Amino acid sequence: MSKQVAGAASLPSRSVGSGKAEMGDGTGVSSTTAPAKKKLSVLIVDDDLMIRTIHTILVSRVGGEVESQVAENGKVAVDLFRSGKSFDVVLMDWEMPVMNGIEATKELRNMGVSSMIVGVTSHSMDTEKDTFMAAGLDDCYEKPLSIKILKDILQKMKIDA
Amino acid sequence: MERNNQLQRQVALMRQSLFDQGYLDEQFVQLEELQDDTNPNFVEEVVTLYYRDSARLIASIEQALDKSPLDFNKLDSYMHQFKGSSSSIGGRKVKTECSQFREYCRTGNGEGWQDKQGPEVQLLAPHRKKKRDSAHNSFC
Repeated sequence: MSKQVAGAASLPSRSVGSGKAEMGDGTGVSSTTAPAKKKLSVLIVDDDLMIRTIHTILVSRVGGEVESQVAENGKVAVDLFRSGKSFDVVLMDWEMPVMNGIEATKELRNMGVSSMIVGVTSHSMDTEKDTFMAAGLDDCYEKPLSIKILKDILQKMKIDA
Repeated sequence: MERNNQLQRQVALMRQSLFDQGYLDEQFVQLEELQDDTNPNFVEEVVTLYYRDSARLIASIEQALDKSPLDFNKLDSYMHQFKGSSSSIGGRKVKTECSQFREYCRTGNGEGWQDKQGPEVQLLAPHRKKKRDSAHNSFC
């Protein structure tokens, strides 16, 4: 299923097994029968090197075939997608220089990116999370992520063999 | 060999006391559990990054505190960052202090800042000249 969402409309939660774009060849072509053994790819977007370090190791420990890449702000993340790279999951920080998480999420959704984008932020108030969600997130969690939460997130992305 | 055992016991006791006194919380244990043979220095690397970032943040906060009138929005922003990274490393007490500081910012309480600069902040800001009782320095 390909999402062509513009602007800041809230998106429905993803369901397990839903088709997702950008699986495998990075061309953005939708597919509901992606190869089962494909590695799950995660893009970690945060300006804080400490958080990028922690989340990179967390992702590697989740088990299964998962790989990750980092981006130090929203613009780097957007440019990666523009260059043709694709990721199954994006862990998006809110406050970053150059382009913050809200701007980057809106931009990615405007581009037609339907990867799972999960907000990861220090902002803990519900109203703040709602603001971030409205940019086009699939979900939002407080920093730091734990192994359990990350497993839950990635579990939602797994396609049954 | 005996000396090694002794040192290890001392380190274990120091580590436990940091939890007992509320300086560290479960998040630190999560970081320890992420360390293994493929990343044998993970905790040290993360803590080093934290100290580097914290020292820079505290220097910025000190500069901001020297200005008059106080820019509470800027101070709040620094504290938000500090709280976030302290939370990520399991720095429970620092995180709590940061929350308190943010309350002072919200209420525009400049004097609260002066009184509330606890030992945890002292440890990370070696240039501070505040006269306080000596802090528990094992966090360093």
